[in-house]
Amino acid sequence: MAQILSSNCPICDSLIQLPNDVEESEILNCPDCRNAIVVAKLQNGSAILEVAPQVEEDWGE
Amino acid sequence: MSYKIAILHSTIRKDEKLLIDAARQRGVEPLLIDVREQVLNPFHFNGQFDLVLDRCVSTVKGLQSLLFFESLGVLTVNRFKVASLCADKFATSLLLHQHGVPVPRFALVFGENQALEAIEQLGGFPIVIKPTHGSWGRLLAKVNDKESLEAILEHKLTLGSPQHHSFLLQEYIEKPGRDIRAFVIDGAVICAIYRYSSHWITNTARGAEVKKCEIFDELRDLCSRVSEVLGGGILGIDFLETREGLKVNEVNHATEFKNSEEPSGVSISGQIIDYCLNCLSKR
Repeated sequence: MAQILSSNCPICDSLIQLPNDVEESEILNCPDCRNAIVVAKLQNGSAILEVAPQVEEDWGE
Repeated sequence: MSYKIAILHSTIRKDEKLLIDAARQRGVEPLLIDVREQVLNPFHFNGQFDLVLDRCVSTVKGLQSLLFFESLGVLTVNRFKVASLCADKFATSLLLHQHGVPVPRFALVFGENQALEAIEQLGGFPIVIKPTHGSWGRLLAKVNDKESLEAILEHKLTLGSPQHHSFLLQEYIEKPGRDIRAFVIDGAVICAIYRYSSHWITNTARGAEVKKCEIFDELRDLCSRVSEVLGGGILGIDFLETREGLKVNEVNHATEFKNSEEPSGVSISGQIIDYCLNCLSKR
């Protein structure tokens, strides 16, 4: 059975369950505080979440 | 034959997740290359892949990376030439106009007096001022009078980088509460959406509502012509509906699509991956 990965929101500390196919650098919204967070690192069955990087001037499509 | 496709990224958005899933559904495990972690040293780079799909949210990093990988002989989607044209709104408009593709009237100036002269040529106020480089509806201004123009130009000259000292002016076109984003792959429009907003800026990044747009002949023809002029690949083309027909507002080279798959009923991510595989098979 696939391990359910969870980690704490770096802003509100809520426990967030991450999707099974979560990738490093993935942007998520905390379901509680709704802030944008990033999966900074996936390692040894755990995830480190950080505040998502700020939008920069050249970001876009 | 098994191909190695690399997806170049910085942050991974829902768009990139859809592409990763689409690749896996087609039996391809994509390499995920975070551009921020790369050392683009042509003497030393030892990545092993056949194609790079640029999904970098940073336009500057994406362009420089495309240039680098092309120099190594890696197939790139989109090609640097196409991406760099699309990234520059002035270059895009010039080239399209040169080839007879309808665009809103525009002018580039570097000073206030010239701006006033251009505005007269473009039909007077209101006018739109855009940065030559930018996305998501950022730093656009609808300028209604001379006093506002003076203030905006002063702010740009004082606070902006040299790139912001070039003022791209465009005639203001009253939209019917919406514009059109067409998704084009290899010259063919695969689907299109209407972006509805009560605001004059209709990017979905700014909250516009999305509905399916049925493809019609004028749209199909213009998408093909825009693609041919700019060099093909995967394009997100923005159209304005005017009294004179459709006009091309902007062209995006790393188009977002996550909000468009459901309303259009088209797997844009799947077709992007199919295009990449097709490019590889033709090589």
